[in-house]
Amino acid sequence: MSAATLQAKRRSFDVKKFLANNGALVGLVVLCIALFIATPDFLTGRNLLNIGIQVSTVAVLAFGMTFVIVAGGIDLSVGSVAALSAMVSGWFFVSAGLPGWLALLGGLAAGLLAGVINGLASAYGKLPSFIATLAMLSIARGLTLVISDGRPIKTSPEVSFLGGNLGPVPMPIVILLIAALVASFLLNRTVVGRSMYAVGGNAEAARLSGLPVKRIIVIVFGLAGLFAALAGLLLAGRLDSAQPQAATGYELDAIAAVVIGGASLAGGLGRISGTFVGALVLVVIRNGLNLLNVTSFWQQVVIGVVIALAVGIDVLRRKTRSS
Amino acid sequence: MKISIRQLAAVAATATVILTGTTACNRGGGEAGAATPKVVMALSTLNNPFFVEVRDGAQAAAKDAGVQLEIVDAQNDSATQANQLATAATGSTKAVIVNPVDSDAAASPVNTLLKANLPVIGVDRTVNGADLTSLVASDNVAGGKQAADELAKSMGEKGSILVLQGVAGTSASRDRGQGFTDGLKAYPNIKVVAKQTANFDRATALDVTTNLLQAQPGVTGVFAENDEMALGAIQALGAKAGKDVKVVGFDGTADGLAAIKKGTLVATIAQQPAKLGQLAVELAAKAIKGEKVEKTVPVQVVSVTETNVGDYAK
Repeated sequence: MSAATLQAKRRSFDVKKFLANNGALVGLVVLCIALFIATPDFLTGRNLLNIGIQVSTVAVLAFGMTFVIVAGGIDLSVGSVAALSAMVSGWFFVSAGLPGWLALLGGLAAGLLAGVINGLASAYGKLPSFIATLAMLSIARGLTLVISDGRPIKTSPEVSFLGGNLGPVPMPIVILLIAALVASFLLNRTVVGRSMYAVGGNAEAARLSGLPVKRIIVIVFGLAGLFAALAGLLLAGRLDSAQPQAATGYELDAIAAVVIGGASLAGGLGRISGTFVGALVLVVIRNGLNLLNVTSFWQQVVIGVVIALAVGIDVLRRKTRSS
Repeated sequence: MKISIRQLAAVAATATVILTGTTACNRGGGEAGAATPKVVMALSTLNNPFFVEVRDGAQAAAKDAGVQLEIVDAQNDSATQANQLATAATGSTKAVIVNPVDSDAAASPVNTLLKANLPVIGVDRTVNGADLTSLVASDNVAGGKQAADELAKSMGEKGSILVLQGVAGTSASRDRGQGFTDGLKAYPNIKVVAKQTANFDRATALDVTTNLLQAQPGVTGVFAENDEMALGAIQALGAKAGKDVKVVGFDGTADGLAAIKKGTLVATIAQQPAKLGQLAVELAAKAIKGEKVEKTVPVQVVSVTETNVGDYAK
């Protein structure tokens, strides 16, 4: 069984998989062409830069989510963890008086810690990841409110720099690209990353073939927490403040991005490049709907339809895969 | 053996976090005072500086009013609030102050309280289909009109503007938007070129405004139905905010007032959240003593600009 899985993995130019992964890309291109025809404001340098900045938060969150979904889990806490990390960082800077760079690292550490707790609860506490992270969703948001007392906190200059510019290039885009490369490297070129596919494909088989499944799960959720923290700091940097209600509901965007990008919620399938395209699809839709001045009621309908389509494609693909 | 220790550690770690969370949630509780009557204040959410200020105002007034105040937070969930109101009815509570998550959904639990002869004071939002003892609220429609006046004045009564709307379907968004639209009728040379929701959220407003500016680069004004969105729009406008593009917000939050001082925000329509909380507690205390209270207590909304920001900023 595991040998068969491995063999399937080795055929990296599997035609069906290739088409499935590029399905999202085809969708994105179609969407862009449609918007290009509909409005002259879409395909301008400024707007593309805007899309790049706007996709940064959801894409970085979704990269972390990709690890989790590839390993066969789900992480509902990433939005709350992002907010908590930014708030912890703000608190370290404003209330504890730490230097800005240390406050930034403190924020990342908070996200990592929350993620590791998710992993421990899931792997060793035997809670389904849905439940463990649902609990963390509430806990992290609650702690964010406790720390902030419901008010925004100013961020350190170092965090604000994350949302600013590096010469002519917006920093969120730089960080987005670095995060994409790091995530892609981790998933494709490291033993831990490859093991995530094995765990997600069949956890029991992975355990029997000697993989430290529990430790891998802790690492997976730890990474998701760390990426969530980075996304939270990016968002806070763009707003020059950590907001208590920041990133509410972003976990659903992240999951949608991963699934649109061709990952299977059943685990064992998914790529960082696909997730990146999935996040772009979501952001380009929102950008386009704004440019076209579509009313807010219809925007929600359109976004819902896209998510439904994406999940539909996922189901369809799993059917063709199993037959 | 090894595994069981790990399991223990995992459970302990989870338990610690859960306990920390629980302790934090209980913070609003406090010990029961012997003689002072207990008043439960059921707030829609504390995930918003506005309601935090309502709470602060209420807490500050509680001592003078001679009541013991217990705050519960529904986290914007109507069902949670219904449960909290039902719990309030069973205790030693003498009066309830409610800021409904949803004006319609709160009717049934509020009517139960009224039937039990508990005075119920509404704050900020009314309860449809319940005969509240009293309602303390600011007039959002009037505020929307004032916002139109302030924006028009700052733009020389001409130009094109963006409108950032709040959460679709909420009464605050409806009333402010209505008032603003009505107010704008007096200025035929101002045109609304785009109207989009940013969910009362700063980050969303930053993205939405950036997007809208692509399609409408010539706008000279922005009306945001709350300060958080106004601040997001200012972030999107960068150096243009306050100079080429005038922004008007709503609420008068601490960050909004700071932006007025900086010159990036032209005006905000300040509700007085602390005053809402304070009056609600005072009315509750009066009602407990059996004194007559007014059915509706309007709290003035004020246009705050550069000239009078000093009176409001803390």
